[in-house]
Amino acid sequence: MGAKLLGARVKRMEDPALLTGRGQYVDDLKLSGMLHAAFVRSPFAHARIRKLDATRARVLPGVRAVITVADLPADLRARRIPMLVPNPAIKQPWTQLPLADDEACYAGEPVAVVVADSRYLAEDAASLLDIDYEPLPAACDCRDALKPGAPVAHAGSPDNVGAKFTVQYGNVDAAFAGAAHVVRRSLWCHRGGSHSMEGRGVVARYDAMDDRLTLWSATQSPHIIRRNLTELLGLDEEQVRVIAPPDVGGGFGPKTIFYSEEAIVGLAARRLGRPVKWIEDRREHFLSATQERDQYWDVEIALDAGGKIRGVRGSMIHDTGAFLPWGIISPYISATTVPGPYVVPNFKLEVTVALTNKVATTPVRGAGRPQAVFAMERLMDAAARETGIDAAELRARNLIPTDQMPYKVGLVFRDGKPVVYDSGDYPKCQQIALTHGKYDSFAERQRTARAQGRYLGIGIGNYVEGTGLGPFEGATVRIGPSGKIFVFTGGAPQGQGHQTTLAQLCADKFGVGIEDVQVVTGDTGKIANGVGTFASRIAVNAGSSVHLASLAVRQKALKVASHILEAAEEDLDIEGGRIVVRGVPNMSLGLAEVAKAVAGMPGFALPGGIEPGLEATEYFSPPQSAYCNGSHCVEVEVDIETGHVQILNYAVAHDCGTLINPLVVDGQVQGAVAHGVGNALFEWMKYDADAQPVTTNLAEYLLPTAPESPRIVLEHVISPSPLNPIGVKGAGEGGTIPAAAAIIAAVENALSPFGIEISDAPITPARIVELIAAARTPKQ
Amino acid sequence: MADTRSITVTVNGQPYTRTVETRLTLADFLRHELGLTGTHLGCEHGVCGACTVLVEGRTARSCLMLAVQAAGKSIVTVEGIAPSETELHPLQQAFQDNHGLQCGFCTPGMLTTLLEFLGDNPDPTEAEVREAISGNLCRCTGYQGIVDAALDAAKRMRK
Amino acid sequence: MKPPPFRYHDPRTLAETIDLLARLENAKLLAGGQSLMPMLNFRYAQPDNVIDLGRVEDLAYIREEGSGLRIGAMTRQRDIEFSDLVRKRCPLMADAIRFVGHRQTRNRGTIGGSLSHLDPAAELPLVCATVDATVHVAGKKGERAIPMAKFPQGYMTPAIEADEMVIAVSVPASGPGYGFVEFARRHGDFAIVAAAATLEIANGTVKRASIALGGVGPAPVRCADAEKLLAGQKPTPDALRAAAETCRKIDAMEDVHAPASYRQHLATVMTRRALEAAVKNAGA
Repeated sequence: MGAKLLGARVKRMEDPALLTGRGQYVDDLKLSGMLHAAFVRSPFAHARIRKLDATRARVLPGVRAVITVADLPADLRARRIPMLVPNPAIKQPWTQLPLADDEACYAGEPVAVVVADSRYLAEDAASLLDIDYEPLPAACDCRDALKPGAPVAHAGSPDNVGAKFTVQYGNVDAAFAGAAHVVRRSLWCHRGGSHSMEGRGVVARYDAMDDRLTLWSATQSPHIIRRNLTELLGLDEEQVRVIAPPDVGGGFGPKTIFYSEEAIVGLAARRLGRPVKWIEDRREHFLSATQERDQYWDVEIALDAGGKIRGVRGSMIHDTGAFLPWGIISPYISATTVPGPYVVPNFKLEVTVALTNKVATTPVRGAGRPQAVFAMERLMDAAARETGIDAAELRARNLIPTDQMPYKVGLVFRDGKPVVYDSGDYPKCQQIALTHGKYDSFAERQRTARAQGRYLGIGIGNYVEGTGLGPFEGATVRIGPSGKIFVFTGGAPQGQGHQTTLAQLCADKFGVGIEDVQVVTGDTGKIANGVGTFASRIAVNAGSSVHLASLAVRQKALKVASHILEAAEEDLDIEGGRIVVRGVPNMSLGLAEVAKAVAGMPGFALPGGIEPGLEATEYFSPPQSAYCNGSHCVEVEVDIETGHVQILNYAVAHDCGTLINPLVVDGQVQGAVAHGVGNALFEWMKYDADAQPVTTNLAEYLLPTAPESPRIVLEHVISPSPLNPIGVKGAGEGGTIPAAAAIIAAVENALSPFGIEISDAPITPARIVELIAAARTPKQ
Repeated sequence: MADTRSITVTVNGQPYTRTVETRLTLADFLRHELGLTGTHLGCEHGVCGACTVLVEGRTARSCLMLAVQAAGKSIVTVEGIAPSETELHPLQQAFQDNHGLQCGFCTPGMLTTLLEFLGDNPDPTEAEVREAISGNLCRCTGYQGIVDAALDAAKRMRK
Repeated sequence: MKPPPFRYHDPRTLAETIDLLARLENAKLLAGGQSLMPMLNFRYAQPDNVIDLGRVEDLAYIREEGSGLRIGAMTRQRDIEFSDLVRKRCPLMADAIRFVGHRQTRNRGTIGGSLSHLDPAAELPLVCATVDATVHVAGKKGERAIPMAKFPQGYMTPAIEADEMVIAVSVPASGPGYGFVEFARRHGDFAIVAAAATLEIANGTVKRASIALGGVGPAPVRCADAEKLLAGQKPTPDALRAAAETCRKIDAMEDVHAPASYRQHLATVMTRRALEAAVKNAGA
């Protein structure tokens, strides 16, 4: 059996439909009798809701229902959405109610829903609700929110401490005492929203005959949605089916969690007996889709005289917003990502998670790691300046060498397992990035440019990322009497090409092309258990499950065929979907025939005591996370008069183990880097002092466009993971993780004649000009 | 009482006559009135470009047009780009060959924009291509695959 | 984000349009739609009536007028961009137009719409302010001509009555000594600061300088001090720098994109660069 398709740059099966406008996204669904929902949302970051009168809205022609908290069943009204990953460190486990009751805790929190004949009418009616809001003092800046006497995000709560935890190993105090060099930095790292081009969306249909609620949601996790719906609506699993439509227009994290809109639209459909559709518009995405936001780091690094790291310690404040739907996953990942690819013998980070009156923060591509890498790499650059050791050389001295792999860091990861880097060649990756980044010749380039009055800079970012998060993502591989091969998995895609990549893993086992394998994703009705597509976990989990299930089906097919053909299994091959006896070409059996043979003929026993059906289900469960890694080297030019930053060269060395489809992986890295460019230079979700969102459209919140996005020079290193049968690691986020660190390091390097330190991400032209103006006269 | 008009719009060569509310956007008309859901709505305020269609051969953001403004006019959407049911336009083929799409949501707007651009500029530089799509947001690809597809398509279309 | 309900009108003649404007309550004119439609979709604007100018005859044209141009209000920005006449008679406008939004927005956006909307960072009002254009406005009481200097009354408020509309703009000819530079966060974004300059240079000295800034104040502002400083001077780097420096004291706006001090700083940088470009183009 050849592995022809594994590692092949196969063109995607998804593309022809998408290119000809035949995609099937949630808003493309048109069901008979369908109604349209518009949510009424709190305009205030923090307010008491004193009175809500929907009379004027209800009588508008075309309005079918207005549902407020008073219209919810009593047990739903008070039921908060279950926290996805609880943690004992969480002191105030706030999660959201399906509709705000008497208190709104962020601008955009859903207060009521209007269901009408069209979205246009629903919005007309939404403006007719008479609601008395009494604004309350709002917790805004997460540092201020932790000060004594600060306004509380939730009225009546003692303070704004959502959680507190410490991540540590070794003895940092000893490490710092007597260290030759200690460097300290205070940093602000901000990230923004997902801004997938398609927002969220839900279509719900209740079928009274089946007593079944079917919910299509542009979600990354249909099974999580179903779990929550059954709990909130008091239904059982058979009464709820959740489907991620065949096409979802991007996810990047925030489409993973369960949202109250899903419960309310489901409820509305059951109550009205007609399908209900809700499509998130861009303003709603700004207000009520989760995002990442501010972290403030106060960290220091201790090194010995030779530049070897002795320890890293400090504290971090994380803004979680008003709720913790996903617990403390982002700050926890941040904390455990800091040591990265470096030997850090002693480590301690104290984290405080602050509640504020803003929409909740949950992972956005990178999931807390970009912030950690920013902190660590800023420390490394500061240490390089302090010790006089070149930035690349200092890193090289501290990168974990290959003879120490697998490397036990000393931390426990989000999966409850110790952080053990399974494979990877960190020094090689840095070297490759530096080579493509033309690092060695940079000093000369910089000198020449300075003589012309131009300011060039170069920056490096290294990272290690835990991927392939468990507990599982299963796959059922089934060949029916038609002979067609089906793969069912919970791993719903939002652009990652699962239809193609998972087909590649399966098709090889049967000697067919990917067009002979149909991958069906994201439907709770098609596979019993699932988790979701996030945390760069599908290649490892679903990929391995598909691989193992395909092998099992192949094995079974061979076993059945050996009975039917009366040949030994060792003498059989599968080519082009047919089982052949080696050397005897006219003795063969199609997969369809094998499937028919085990479909059951009344009264006849199955051959060899085999179980019915040509199918297998595998729920691959990784023993721990698979750690991928990479290095970025970025060269920029800064216009010191305007503060404009131009990226001149962007080099990436990327190691995600085995590549299922290099075309797809390249695309993931390129796209992920663009997110990082956004984080470094453009994306800033701003709030005013009353926690009111200020940037609420795409002209105010800036996403990188084509002229701002670099062409990356990408080289893959392949260190297969020993932790799964195909040796893959996750690939979706690596491009984002060190990007802001590397870009901002380059900007700081460009401005080194001014002695400027950059401690912010994003860095804007206005801030660069301000820093230059404040600096002393340029020094050589 | 809703303000309505009867309009006839030609879309992808086919005339359609409908009575619509005057406030209905062209994007919603195409998607929901005509069932041509290939044109996507990403922002509804004229920034993301996902809704871009060709109006009398010129690109326009269909979220910023009223359906009634299209009365008597000829529109081309993504559904009208392929020469037939079984063939892809060289631009579409180039997108597949160069991995110029991932989730596909921005793709219809990219295609109509590049179709107009390559018609005006058949031999563009990379910088010109990036500028041409600067009014179209993509959150998946980082634009590199799209740029490669455009340059590849330009070459094919020049033959 | 769907528009609120309104009554839609699509007049065919200017007379019909004026009549509607005079008659209808709470009416908004729909020109290119690139500014009004987002406002409708966000429901920031809730007009009872929308008057679509798209089918009004004789409002879109680019004609010679004396040595300059007369451009009809409904002329699409795209047509200005590709007009040989504009390139010849007002190269500043031809240069500036490529900064206006993106291809898709220029295909629909109009010069009349841009002037009427009067966004502080808009390029076309800035160009008109620099070359001392005249805005032609029509209403029930007839037509009148408003010099561009008097056209902005305040932030996004042109000096026209509720029943008046812009019908054309007269653009005087301007020579080869033009420069237009803009600083925006991304290509096609609204300018944080844009500077436009035209210089008449004879015998190596500046006979006349016309310099204006967009994106700094609530409307385009002429840099009178800089103009005065340059008049009669040789356009040396020091002279340009000194002239540009006078722009630092212009009152500047503050918003999500930039603080006031940054705009004032950029004003000096962009002015200097626009002047440098104008000197270079004059010599070429």
